[in-house]
This record gives sequence, C-alpha cells and structure tokens, in this order.
Amino acid sequence: MSTATEIRRTTLNETMRKAGGKMVDFHGWELPIEFSGILKEHEAVRKSAGIFDVSHMGQVFVTGADAFKLLQRINANDLRKATPGKGVYSHVTNENAGLVDDIIAFCLAPDRYLVIVNATTSTKDYEWFKSQAVKMHVKIENKSDDFSMVAIQGPNVPKMFELFAPEALKLPRFGIVEKDIFGQHCYISRTGYTGEDGFEITAPHSIITQVWEKMMELGKPYDIVPCGLGCRDTLRLESGYLLYGQDVDDFHTTYETGYGWVVALDKGDFIGRSILADQKANGVKRRLTGLTLTGGVPRPGCKIFMDGKQVGELNSATYSPTLKKGIGVGYVVPPGLKPGTPLEVEIRGRRVKAEVSQMPFHKGTAFSKNIYTGK
Amino acid sequence: MPKPEEARYTKTHEWIHLGAEASVGISDHAQHEMGDVVFVELPKVGQKLEKEKPCAVVESVKSAFDIYSPVSGEVTAINDAVTGEPALLNQSPLDNGWLFKMKPSNPAEGETLMNWAAYQDFVKQAAH
Repeated sequence: MSTATEIRRTTLNETMRKAGGKMVDFHGWELPIEFSGILKEHEAVRKSAGIFDVSHMGQVFVTGADAFKLLQRINANDLRKATPGKGVYSHVTNENAGLVDDIIAFCLAPDRYLVIVNATTSTKDYEWFKSQAVKMHVKIENKSDDFSMVAIQGPNVPKMFELFAPEALKLPRFGIVEKDIFGQHCYISRTGYTGEDGFEITAPHSIITQVWEKMMELGKPYDIVPCGLGCRDTLRLESGYLLYGQDVDDFHTTYETGYGWVVALDKGDFIGRSILADQKANGVKRRLTGLTLTGGVPRPGCKIFMDGKQVGELNSATYSPTLKKGIGVGYVVPPGLKPGTPLEVEIRGRRVKAEVSQMPFHKGTAFSKNIYTGK
Repeated sequence: MPKPEEARYTKTHEWIHLGAEASVGISDHAQHEMGDVVFVELPKVGQKLEKEKPCAVVESVKSAFDIYSPVSGEVTAINDAVTGEPALLNQSPLDNGWLFKMKPSNPAEGETLMNWAAYQDFVKQAAH
C-alpha cells in the first residue's frame, strides 16, 4: 500500500518492533497497536505497570513576559492554577467556543510554559498560538520534532521511581519537575491518559531508548509490560478521557463534552467565553453521553436510540476489559439524561439494550488522588 | 485434538473439517490477527448457509470480523462454550474454539478449498 505522505517513525520504533509490537498507521505515525494482547496490557496498567511510547505527542514552549497572558487568553481553564511546577488540563477554544485542542499546560517558571498538545493538531495549535500572540512579548516554539515521550502508568509505577527520581514521587497529580537523565535535560510529569497513577517522561531522542530500557528494568519486579495504542484507547475511554478528533473537535464546545469543570468563566475574558457563558446559563442542545451495554461490542458510528427514535451516534466505543461489557460515548439530544436511562444501540442492524452510565465508567488510581478534577 | 493438517482452509481464514457433519472454526493465524476475542455471534441450528456468505461474527477488542461459511449447507450444532467464553477462540482455535457444525449440501465444494500446505503458503504470501 502506498500513502500520500511518508509514514513517521518514532525513535523507539526499532525497540517497539523488537519487543513484539504489531505496528499500525496511526494518523501518519507508525506505532504499536499491541504487544502481548490488549486485555493483558490493559490489566497490567490497571493492576501494576505498563509503558507506552507516546513520542507522537507534541511539545510547544511558550516563554516571555506575556506567556501567561497569552495562555490565559486562549484557554478555557484558569492558568493561575498552574503555579511553577504544576500543570492544568485545559481546552484551547476558538471564537465559537469549539476546541482547537485539548492540552496540558505546565508552568516551568512564571515566564516559561510547556504545552503538551495532540499529535494531529501540533502544527495547527502552533499556528493558532502565534496568531493570538500579536503584539505580545512572547516566544512560541514548536519543539515537537525535538522530543520523544514515554508514559509509565499503573499503581506500582511510583515504587519504580523511588531511587530513579525521588523528586517525582513528591509531585501532585499534574505536577512537573525538570531533571537531567543520562546527561540530558528532561521533564517528568505526574500525568497520563490511562486513569492510573504514573508519570510521563519528555526527553530528547538521543536518550529515549536508554530511558525505555531503564523503565523496563525498574519495572521488572512489577511485571511491567510494553503497551500499545489498543489498550491506551480502552484505558482512556473507561476513564472518560476525550480523544481529540474523535470525541471533540473545532465544532464542539467544552460544555457539550461534559467537561464543564475545565471552563473558568470567572477568570476574566478569553476566546469563546461569551458563548460558553451563554451555554452555562441556558444549557447545551447536545451532550457527550456515556452508555454501557451487554450483548455486543459497540463501535464508533453506531446509532443510539431512545424510545425507538434516534437520539445520536457513538463517537468512541469499545469493549471495556474492566467492566467486561461494551461502553461508548456519543452526543445525545436531549442532553442531561440520568444514569440508568434505557437506550438502544444499533449493532449490525440489530438494536441492543443499553443504558446511560455515570462518567467516568471506571475510576483508577489517578482519580482516587482526587486531583484530576481540581476538586 | 483435531490436527490442523486434516482441515481445509478458506482465503478468509476459516477452517473446516470435512465430513457428513463438518465442523467449522477460525485458523490460528486468524485469531492471532484479530487479537483478544470478546464476543461471538453464531448462526442458529437449522439455518441454511451459503458458501462464502457471512454466517457469524467474531469481535475482538479492536474490531468486528465477519465469518464466512466455507461451504453451503445446514447448521447442525453450535458451540455454546465460545459464546460464554469467547477467549476460547484465542486459546484453542482448532479445538475447543470451534464455532459450529454443518451438513454440507454439496460435498464437492469442500474439496476445492486449500489444504494445510496451500494455506500455509497463502498466509506467508499475504504477509508480504
């Protein structure tokens, strides 16, 4: 098969292949879908430890006297929560309050921020940041091509870091620390996309293979396994995390996704604020709704029915290894259906019983720390 | 345990043990490609099947896969064990993970399917 653009490979590509990774094309990046199997990898992360190559993720550095001012203007969340050494999960909003991207903005110093952006949107984000920085004293650098990234996730991961990076153990959820690893300047953050406790290490390409091998060695007592995109998706969906481009995009707003806690209306003006304020006051017309079902595996695109009428379709859906049943999220009209409300999902032309679920579907150790939502 | 060498194979990776009552399942290669199987939908006993037409569905975590009947005929038995424990398809695709049994309506159809050696070559070629 030929593709229009050349496929991109991470520095860890060879390491992934040697570890038995089944490689697939993921939005132009060649990444492993699985190693030992999605169920096994999923369980390893929920119960002990797993490691992911997430080098496709992007890094945009925002520095200068107006760095805070710019980020505060383009984000729905309040960047004041990101004091030095801390990050906030946020939505970058456009004039219609749609999402340019969902990001994590880390404050390294009062005039220096690291923004972790999605792979597919890194160039778009960079251009957007620049377009909003006119006449500001700020330097915006897209360093996505300069860094690799690994995510080490699972309840036993902090134990792995006791000797390797004791300073990381003191980090709260969304905390970040800069540290030299193998002689190179790196970033360790207490973040992830699995719902479990753990860390992400952002490092230059030159040492990432060493970092991977070190993690495999430190994780050995905890039966750490290399993990692919397959379990990354089941883990994040169980945790109710959004997948940009699939669950949300330029045409859906934060309130519609059910992530209202991200919107800080009281922080002052920001792009899209007036529309969000209106949605807060008057409600939204559709809302990303979670549902569970038994008797089949729902997939993206499956239609959702209530009382025989179509009320939406699934954006993300899969088999939940933790709940051992189908789960999915889709925009449903009307919004605000209570958990337990009976629905149906059409799978291969047949209606299967479903019901509205509370979100997230499952709360891993990242939630028990009670920091994710900022409450 | 039935030997893989004794079965016939389709290009869509089903196996069939030919006979008056033929059993049908998916190949080891197929289960490996699918990954963890979590749901199986089987035809009904008495259902008439047509050669190369979809007759069952196997869902892994990743995706849904249609299963095509290797030959035409009538379903005589289904393996309830795999609907209760879909992982049997990964653990034992040629034995405990069989899907259904059928009475072929035209036994000659089965003879045109690939034998073990031909199927091995077919899988190798598909990998390139």
